[in-house]
Amino acid sequence: MEHQDSNEVDLESTLKSNARQLVDSLEQGNFGEAVQLINELNKARDRGLYLEVGKLTRELHNAIVNFQLDPRVPHAKEVSQIADATERLNYVVTMTERAANRTMDLVEQSAPLVNDLSSEADLLAEDWGRFMRREMSAEAFRELAKRIELFLARSQRDTGKLSGHLNDILLAQDYQDLTGQVIKRVTQLVTEVESNLLKLVLMASQVDRFAGIDHDHEELRAEQNKEKNPSRGEGPQIHADKRDDVASNQDDVDDLLSSLGF
Amino acid sequence: MLQAFWDCTEVDLDKNMKILIVDDFSTMRRIIKNLLRDLGFTNTAEADDGVTALPMLQSGSFDFLVTDWNMPGMTGIDLLRAVRADDRLKHLPVLMVTAEAKRDQIIEAAQAGVNGYVVKPFTAQVLKEKIEKIFERVNG
Repeated sequence: MEHQDSNEVDLESTLKSNARQLVDSLEQGNFGEAVQLINELNKARDRGLYLEVGKLTRELHNAIVNFQLDPRVPHAKEVSQIADATERLNYVVTMTERAANRTMDLVEQSAPLVNDLSSEADLLAEDWGRFMRREMSAEAFRELAKRIELFLARSQRDTGKLSGHLNDILLAQDYQDLTGQVIKRVTQLVTEVESNLLKLVLMASQVDRFAGIDHDHEELRAEQNKEKNPSRGEGPQIHADKRDDVASNQDDVDDLLSSLGF
Repeated sequence: MLQAFWDCTEVDLDKNMKILIVDDFSTMRRIIKNLLRDLGFTNTAEADDGVTALPMLQSGSFDFLVTDWNMPGMTGIDLLRAVRADDRLKHLPVLMVTAEAKRDQIIEAAQAGVNGYVVKPFTAQVLKEKIEKIFERVNG
């Protein structure tokens, strides 16, 4: 960075002193000297430009080496870090999907057990009520006693199954730990890539400065915005509660729709 | 218990109506399918985006469409527009169940003719309410 500054200061001071001399020599009609000065100005600018382009190229090369993006490098690990990160995120998708399916399998297996126990309990309670009100013959009671016995055995068996399912549902949440670790590593990589990209952008802007290139930032931004198509969808909003243009919950959505006459 | 809750606030809905669930994530389709089953609707079919859903709708005599927004191929909003543009489908009730929550998008969906809009994550209660509201209006 220091070197960069001195380079820039160099160019600026050369520019300033030569510019003054240039005006002087032109006013004095010394044309040969003026052309000489212009040549020197050009050289100073070119020198700076070459230096900056050189630095940018080196930095780009470093970035490629750091992230092992170059498939031609034979000793690069099997995959680049970016490809590795992609694989890791795919792993997260697989893990979360598997956990969701496992949980839903267990819920779907549990629901009929609960429903059957509950409806059988209802029927027994009804008959038990009839017995308590002495509305039941001895024959019917023997029948009821048999059903109660069966129900108790079934309760023991099915609640055992249910508590097993609940345990398995609990265990199916272990993906959170694993995917959490993976996502944290990928987040770290993204942060690294971002800061390296930022460095490259700063270096490139230095080249622009020496080359006298000016970008129309408004136009660039407009182009970027054009690429955003709301119909494609954006996925979940992360800071919905802090943004005015986003409904932060179902009540917000309902309010908005009712204001539209829904 | 859930069943009892549904039963005590019953609205007269045709439990045999044919429902198409469109979402690119199989887990979300499964969640919606299970919630619909809890509500008593068992006649459901699934599609993973608008491209597969549209021909199903055109040949399948569906009574209700539940769709996500953000899907590869054809999005839910494009599917909704295609449904409204199709003479035989244009009256089909459509419920959007999506993570898309920008006001502009909700307005866009409303203008495209959506009948209900549920933002993810949602509860069983919200899904139930919206479905009942849609059919109260359709039948009334």
